[in-house]
Amino acid sequence: MNTALSWIKAYVPELTCTDQEYMDAMTLSGTKVEGYARLDKNLEKIVVGQIKKIEKHPDADKLIVCQVDIGNEVIQIVTGAPNVKEGDKVPVVLDGGKVAGGHDGGPLPDDGISIKAGKLRGVPSNGMMCSIEELGSDRNFYPEAPEMGIYIFGDDVQVGADAVEELGLRDTVFEYEVTSNRVDCYSVIGIAREAAATFRKPFVLPEVTVKGNDEKVEDYVSVEVQDQELCPRYCARVCKNIKIAPSPKWMQRRLAASGIRPINNLVDITNYVMEEYGQPMHAFDLDTIAGHKIIVRRAKDGDVFRTLDGQDRNLDSDVLMICDAEKEVGIAGIMGGENSMITDSVTTVLFEAATFNGANIRKSAKRVGLRTDASGKFEKGLDPYNAEAAINRACQLIEELGCGEVVGGMVDVHGEMKEKVVLPFEPERYNSLLGTDVSEQEMLDIFKMIEVDYDAEKRTLTVPTFRQDILRQCDIAEEVARFYGYDKIPTTLPNGEATTGKLPFKLRIEQKARDIAEYCGFSQGMCYSFESPKVFDKLLLAADDPARQAITIANPLGEDFSIMRTVPLHGMLTSLATNYNRRNKDVRLYELGNIYLPKALPLTELPEERMQFTLGMYGDCDFFDMKGVVEEFFESAGMHKKVVYDPQAGRNYLHPGRQANIEYEGTLVGYLGEVHPEVCDNYDLKTRAYVAVLDIPSILPYATFDRKYEGIAKYPAVLRDISMVVPKTVMAGQIEAVIAQRGGKILEDYQLFDIYEGDQIKEGFKSMAYSITFRAKDRTLEEADVTSAMKKILNGLKGMGIELRS
Amino acid sequence: MKEKLEQIKAEALRQIEASDALEKLNEVKVNYLGKKGELTAVLKSMKDVAPEDRPKVGQLVNETRAEIEKVLELSVKKMERAVREAKLKTEVIDVTLPSKKNKMGHRHPNTIALEEVERIFVGMGYEVVEGPEVEKDYYNFEALNIPADHPAKDEQDTFYITGDILLRTQTSSTQVHEMEKGKLPIRMIAPGRVFRSDEVDATHSPSFHQIEGLVIDKHITFADLKGTLAEFAMELFGENTKVKFRPHHFPFTEPSAEMDVSCFKCGGKGCRFCKGEGWIEILGCGMVHPHVLEMSGIDPEEYTGFAFGVGLERIALLKYEIDDMRLLYENDIRFLKQF
Repeated sequence: MNTALSWIKAYVPELTCTDQEYMDAMTLSGTKVEGYARLDKNLEKIVVGQIKKIEKHPDADKLIVCQVDIGNEVIQIVTGAPNVKEGDKVPVVLDGGKVAGGHDGGPLPDDGISIKAGKLRGVPSNGMMCSIEELGSDRNFYPEAPEMGIYIFGDDVQVGADAVEELGLRDTVFEYEVTSNRVDCYSVIGIAREAAATFRKPFVLPEVTVKGNDEKVEDYVSVEVQDQELCPRYCARVCKNIKIAPSPKWMQRRLAASGIRPINNLVDITNYVMEEYGQPMHAFDLDTIAGHKIIVRRAKDGDVFRTLDGQDRNLDSDVLMICDAEKEVGIAGIMGGENSMITDSVTTVLFEAATFNGANIRKSAKRVGLRTDASGKFEKGLDPYNAEAAINRACQLIEELGCGEVVGGMVDVHGEMKEKVVLPFEPERYNSLLGTDVSEQEMLDIFKMIEVDYDAEKRTLTVPTFRQDILRQCDIAEEVARFYGYDKIPTTLPNGEATTGKLPFKLRIEQKARDIAEYCGFSQGMCYSFESPKVFDKLLLAADDPARQAITIANPLGEDFSIMRTVPLHGMLTSLATNYNRRNKDVRLYELGNIYLPKALPLTELPEERMQFTLGMYGDCDFFDMKGVVEEFFESAGMHKKVVYDPQAGRNYLHPGRQANIEYEGTLVGYLGEVHPEVCDNYDLKTRAYVAVLDIPSILPYATFDRKYEGIAKYPAVLRDISMVVPKTVMAGQIEAVIAQRGGKILEDYQLFDIYEGDQIKEGFKSMAYSITFRAKDRTLEEADVTSAMKKILNGLKGMGIELRS
Repeated sequence: MKEKLEQIKAEALRQIEASDALEKLNEVKVNYLGKKGELTAVLKSMKDVAPEDRPKVGQLVNETRAEIEKVLELSVKKMERAVREAKLKTEVIDVTLPSKKNKMGHRHPNTIALEEVERIFVGMGYEVVEGPEVEKDYYNFEALNIPADHPAKDEQDTFYITGDILLRTQTSSTQVHEMEKGKLPIRMIAPGRVFRSDEVDATHSPSFHQIEGLVIDKHITFADLKGTLAEFAMELFGENTKVKFRPHHFPFTEPSAEMDVSCFKCGGKGCRFCKGEGWIEILGCGMVHPHVLEMSGIDPEEYTGFAFGVGLERIALLKYEIDDMRLLYENDIRFLKQF
């Protein structure tokens, strides 16, 4: 909300402070000022001048030479403006002065434009006459300004006076951010009340008196509210003999500063009251209202209604309408209809000031597809008491501005009016919530300023109706805090029962995962949780793959963000491809993020969120580098048992011969592999890439930070090397399983130290060599122990078609 | 005999003096002190000495031997040192050549910021907890004093899955889960991913992270809230950081505030970074609304508390001077490497 400070000062006449002080103090008391703009920025040495004489320029057809009286002297100014004549009073910027912009009304330069005396085509010119654009504004806000040329003042201004002042530009416009609970502050009066309380100066409300004629409004119009729940109050007054004319300058200036274009007295009055009181009003041409009857009711499903902007709007029975005896004439709280619109030929006006159900207006505005200044205010739920004050204020202005004749009385239809909130005055409670020591008297002073009434006898507080946000004691405490000053509240630390700071086990394991990934050269990425349903095809998932059962977002940002991921690879592959296509070499990334697995679709209960530790890489690396990272992680997570890699993982997105499920103690805990080349193609990743995915929830039962010292071996180890010719189909894992099974208690370790396929080895076979370590914890091994263990191992291997090499 | 020993000694010392390599010194050792050496020969000839002179001669021989040994040992040491020094001279390397590093990966700036925040609060006795990202409407809104037709529901453009299930718009939902557990007092922070339907640009993302904080105990005051968050700000942004609390509105706290910290770039004087204001808005906070406590089964007459919510990205962007939020989700290694 934007408002000129001069308007605020109209209600807080004793307010004196700099713009910055105002901004800081208001912000600290809860009315946040986003910023302010001085309207006279870069306007220097500009006075009202009167053109005494105009002569042609001797050397230029389009220029004229003016003698301009600036009060204490007459100066010569050369101009090309087409619209001036002798006797005109105009703004004149003097030598050494500044204007805000150029005459074309483009963006204003930061430092303005300096004006110096000079010569135009040889004729001296000692200043410049200004257009409204040069003064930093435009015709929207100064409709009286000419379309092209110099601004011309009315006759009543003094020659030599400050032109900036005369234009109402010696002012500052403040932009407020009003919080949604403070409906009352969406008005100049509301903000002025806050300003008065903040600076502890008297607050002076405008005195509203309407004369009204002797007629009765009931003879002009009747009102029937069929849905009181959606329309708690409807006030109507009538003004006749309307004379449409421009509104006075002071009103135009205040509206302009608020960003509202002045139109004519009638429109300006309704806008002015909306700004001043925060109560939107509507004016109907009474002659268009059939039966001179207003009916407030719901629309019928399928109704189409043309709003005054000429658009057809589709309605339904949840939209509240203002109707006359025959037809709909306005969408309640949103916009009036074209059929009852005010035109310049209007003679009798029906003013409406009503309150509507905020939630309904908000929904209707959405449904109808039309959000207006009025609906923006109504949807916050306005104070029904304010409607009456506002409509009377409007009628007062009609009379004061000579805009028409107000018919006596007001039609007022309302249900039971809400009672004022009354709360016991409990100063200790406020202090103990705030941690302060504010005196009772200071609290009462604060309440007085914000119009919360104190009953000393009953020790109760009565909250004014416009403060719909104050319902409980904590709300009162906030008022005390705001005006006592948040900055004056002490800073302490809670001193209750001591608690232990904790990072839960899952998060500690995730931290470990990050440490290990980074140690192995992987950097952490972050990917979105939602992605496109096309992802499943890109990943070559089978039509019946359960991973295709994904949660759909009802209102996504677009198809690309419409489903919750069930596989964590899309983000990883996209990130790898981004890096690859930006020519980044040897990239290793990891991510820790959830996948979302629905228990049933459509969702009836919350899905399972499973944290995935996803690793991806390309460049100088292979499958076994990735496998190494997985094992480093397992070891650091205290998982020292043998990890099983099952090549029958059956994952379409991975290379069919280079993938494995990762099993730990018989549980599937993840998978790894080379990305299928077709998937790489789908991601525009023109290199081999490797991924691993570890399912953190499956790992947690096996992970531990417990460690036990097992002693350093005291007795010597015995090493045996075996060299074998192995059928190609036999995998290292199978050989190792045999060694592990048959080595017995004395088996300590085994390592593959050579593997070879090629010329010296017969077709269909490979050569493999293992080094096997035996050791006993309690004695030096005898040759016989080792020989017997080796024999068992070798027998087992022979059974697999393996030949021992001599 | 004495002269002979003197002669042997002089000759030995001369040879030692003349030696220019360890091998030569060794030769001297063998020649004079070895089994077949000259001094041994003298000892062997003792049988020719009169028995009464033998002890004296023996002593003389031993003294001579000791002297030669002593000089020899010194010379060996000296020579060894010289040899080592010569070797060291040949082993000079160019220490400015490139290092050999294990190429470590880098943490995401969000995580670095998060771990900082976690460290601070865990140190103050807070437990880190998690809540679901796909959430019931009740926990995201209603239990936080945002009933069905509350305007705040519109302000936070929510992604819905069904009428009742949504992507949480704030980590505040975790507060409710924690309060419902009924274990008091509570000191927790809840970091996590949240979602709002904002188009992606330099300052917006439909998915980002928040850290919620909640303290509930007897006699918790607004002053405690101020003190705790001031401590947090100093720990996170430096001990000279000042904080400012401005009144604000959140449906689930009352009184509510926004906290600004003095610009850590200019110290509060005003610069381009803080848009000349000297202050940077960092978080929202307030005293837990009694109705929120009531809904979660906590008696507001007995317990009070405070809550706060910090945008993780906001902290990361500010602290590491990242000028475009999109960088956080592109995962370009050239970006990630800088953290």
